[in-house]
Order: sequence, then C-alpha cells, then structure tokens
Amino acid sequence: MKRLPVNLLIGAALVMLVIGAAALSLIWTPHDYTDMNIRGKFGPPSETHWLGTDQLGRDVVSQLMAAARNSMAVALAAVLIGGSIGTALGLLASAIGGWVEDLVMRIADIGFAFPALLFAIMLAAVFGPSLTNAILAISFINIPVFARVARASANQIWTREYVTAAQAAGLTRAAISRDHILPNIAAPIIVQATIEFAVAILAEAALSYLGLGAQPPAPSWGRMLSEAQTLMYLAPQLAIYPGLCIVTAVLGFGLLGDGLRDVTDPRLVRER
Amino acid sequence: MAYFLFRRTLGFVLTLLAVSVVVFAVMNILPGDPALTILGLDATEDALAALREQFGLNDPLLSRYFSWVGNALTGDFGTSHSFRVPVSELIAERLPMTISLAVAGMIFTVILALIMGIGAAANHRKAGDWGVMFLSQLGIAVPAFWLSMLLVLLFAVKLRWLPPGGFPGWSDPVAAMRALILPTVALGLVQSSVLARVTRSSALEVMRQDFVRTARATGFSRQRVLWRHVLPNALVPIVTIVGMQFAALVTGTIVIENVFYLPGLGRLIFQSIANRDLPTVQALVMLFAAIVVTANFIVDLLYVVIDPRLKARA
Repeated sequence: MKRLPVNLLIGAALVMLVIGAAALSLIWTPHDYTDMNIRGKFGPPSETHWLGTDQLGRDVVSQLMAAARNSMAVALAAVLIGGSIGTALGLLASAIGGWVEDLVMRIADIGFAFPALLFAIMLAAVFGPSLTNAILAISFINIPVFARVARASANQIWTREYVTAAQAAGLTRAAISRDHILPNIAAPIIVQATIEFAVAILAEAALSYLGLGAQPPAPSWGRMLSEAQTLMYLAPQLAIYPGLCIVTAVLGFGLLGDGLRDVTDPRLVRER
Repeated sequence: MAYFLFRRTLGFVLTLLAVSVVVFAVMNILPGDPALTILGLDATEDALAALREQFGLNDPLLSRYFSWVGNALTGDFGTSHSFRVPVSELIAERLPMTISLAVAGMIFTVILALIMGIGAAANHRKAGDWGVMFLSQLGIAVPAFWLSMLLVLLFAVKLRWLPPGGFPGWSDPVAAMRALILPTVALGLVQSSVLARVTRSSALEVMRQDFVRTARATGFSRQRVLWRHVLPNALVPIVTIVGMQFAALVTGTIVIENVFYLPGLGRLIFQSIANRDLPTVQALVMLFAAIVVTANFIVDLLYVVIDPRLKARA
C-alpha cells in the first residue's frame, strides 16, 4: 500500500473537523445561537461561553457551529447544481462533437466572464439580496468549470477501444455516455468538486460579508465578520474566529482536492 | 498572423456581445417594474406612466437592447435612477479610484510573486522553498476581506500607522498613497500566493533544461542565470495567470473598496443595489465583465509576443 500524500491527510482531517462541527450543530450546540443576553454582551471566554459572547450576548461558539452548517449546505448545493449541469453539458458536447461541442464550449467561455460576485450582484439588484440568490450565483459559475473538465476527460475516454466496441455493439451515444464515459470520468469530476467546494465556501463568505448572501439572523461566517467589522475597536476578537473557520474549511477542501488529484492522476505528481 | 489576429478579435467581439445579452437579459427580462420601484407604492398611475415613457420602458425588449448597446458604444449608459445624472458621469468620477487600486494591486502581486516564486525555485527542497509553499497555500485560503480586517486591526487599530479606511483624494498625494497601502496589500497578497506557485513550478521546469546548466557552466552567476535565463523562459504560464489575475483583481476591488470605504466603482455598485438603481448596476456589471473579457483577450495576444513559436500553432 502506497503512502497517502500529506496534503490529503491534513485536508481530510480539517474537512472532518468542519463537517463534524456542522453535523453536531444539527443536534447540539453549547447554547442556542440566537439566544440574546444584552447584559452579557462582549463576554470574555469562560466555562459557559468558550469563546465569549458577541455584541448581543450571543454565544460565539454556537454561532460558529451553526455557520459551519450553513456554509457546508450552501457549498454542497452550489457544487451539486453547478456540477451536475456542467458535467451533463460537457458529456453532451463530447458525445455529439462538431458544432454542438463548439457552441457549448463557447457558452462556457462566456460563463467565465462572470465571476460569482458579478452574477450575485445582478440577482441582488433585481430580486433583492438572499441566500438563494447567492447559491444560484455560485452554482452558475460552477457550470463552465465542470463542463470543461467533463468534456476534456470524456474526449479521452471516447477514443478507448471499449467505447468503440460499445459503438460497434449498437449502443447509442447517450447510453455510452451514461454507462461507459461517466463512470470513467468520475475521478477528475470528484477532484474538481472538492476544489470547487473550497471556492464555494469562500464565495459564500464573501457574498454574505457584502450583504448579498445569508440575511440576519441566519448564521454565516461572512455575516459575522461584517458585523464584527463595525466593532473592531471594541471587540477585535470577534473579527478573528469566523475568519479562522473560513480558512480552516477552505484549506481543508483545497488540500483534500489536491491530495485526491495526486492519488487519482499519477501523471500530475510532479516534484513538489 | 493576420488570420490569427482576425480570429481572436472576432471571438473577442462575439464574446462581448454575448456577455451584453446575458447582462441585459438578467436585468430586464425578470419581473418587476422599475418605475414602481423608484416612485414607491403610492405613486399615481400618471406618474408611473410618465416615468416608464422617460426611461423607454414601453418599447419592445429587443429595441431596448439595441439602443442600450448602441448608446453604450458611444459612452452613453443611460441615466442613474437614484443620482439623476448620466451613469457615464458617475463612472468617470469613480474609475480612477478603481484603476489606481487594481494597478497598484497588480504591481504588488507580480513583484512579490516573482521574488517568492523564483526564490523558492532557487532553493528547491530547502527551507525557503517549503516556507513559500506553506505561506502561499495559506494565502490562497484566506478571504481578501478578512485579510483586510486583520491588516486594519494590526496597522490601524493597534499600531495606528495607517488609516483604517476612506480616501482623502489625490490633492494630498502622500495621504492618498498611505490610504492605498492596506487595500493594495489585501488585494494583492491572495493573488500573489497563486502566482508565486505558478512561477515556482514554471521556473523549476526551465531550470531542468540543458541551456541553464550550460549558462552556469559558462560562468554566469546564479542570480544572473535565474533572472536573465530562467525567468524569461518561464514567462508563458506566468503571463497567462497574470492576465486571469488582473480580471480577478479588478473584480476583487469591488470587495476591497467596500471593506475600506474607497469611493470607486465597487462602492458605486453597492450603493446602486441598495437604491435599486438598475441602469447603473447594469452598466457597471457590463463594464466589469468587459474588463474580464478584455484581459483574457490581451493575454491571448501576448502569448504570441512572448513565445513566437505559438504563432505557428495559432
């Protein structure tokens, strides 16, 4: 058994930490994260409030845990939506080829002209800001990413002999895409999904920070930071914890994605 | 070469057109009556009708699209609903702020990334290399807005060396530069982490080649070989990433301007969203998307300048 790369192990550990906190928050948090106690505001770390309390006396740890759940849910939704549409488009482009492939890839190029932020801005201007719009915006930018990866990987598989054999046996392109291409491009898609998970966590945090994502009182690391910013002279510690959580989550999924790629695609392992 | 230029330019124009269709569609096809939004629910039917007429909201969608694009090409982005002045004036006022920030961020990014990347490659598998790799891995995971807050906490709140935000204008150049330091670092540090990694791996690839060994054997110093022989040959991937990063930096200014209260286009977008000022949002989103597309187009052209070998394949 080959030794697993270090980045994969560290990444997996961090990811488990974040997912664990998010999952735990579904059944237990030290306090209700919405419980306010104005008299106990800006409390220092104590036995009851491990990281102290915020400007409304809410327990910081409980908020961070609930925000982890929010962050994971948003990232999961965005990567699932964007990933499945993008992968489907990439498979379609690869299966049909010709002008359809060109068209799909040109459309994907156009998608790259819109960072998630610009798309979220448009949606917020038209519909008003909301977490749903943030998820839509992040999903949207994932479509071209997955379309490219799926098409590039699928094009390689289409040249394999077993695919030619399947064609000779009379299988339709759709059936071949489903039964032979998709299972064989799963690895690069999963690697990409892990990396995009990290990107989505960053995007959600930024959008919520800017007021385009989670709305109060929904818990979000980004929103906690935007509230902390106005209180930086009073309670600088509140500006630290949510940021550390974001970095932990992003670093975890990023390292895990890199590690998975090293394991699944040995050609890419260069000298590091 | 001419054919290559023609193809790329055509692709560029078509992409811009497609982007404008997307922006227009999202902003206009979706439900909602801008006239009602501006005047409020107690507006009389006459006033609503007059405003719709004034903004041309009664015209068919297609003709509104063409007049929007046509006017935009002549620099007319319509009238801001909330500021009641031409959007182009608003943009002209705030563009210098955004450009200064983006350019400063780019310069900072490139200089830091080249030093870190080449330095790491020169010290391959030594402490310096590991240090750069660790810091850049961390840098990629840090959100720019949080980094901004940490910088403000340290340099403005604790040490009181630099202002926490705001912009005094260019009439006092020293104060203006001081106000730009933290935003520039916040904007550039994350991007330079990415670029340092690309520089490092690209330089390592070049350093393995024979001509580098020959240059060293001829007696050139390590430094000279690194900067004069290795770097120029490692540039193609670096320039690709720089182009993509310029786009990221320009959109990054939207976030940074809001963290530091800088009066640029990014602040304007958010004021316009708050005011439901759709023509302004539409113009600004189009402008930012156009900058991204243009940056990619320029990168495509630069390839050929840097690496003439690509001409043959292009």
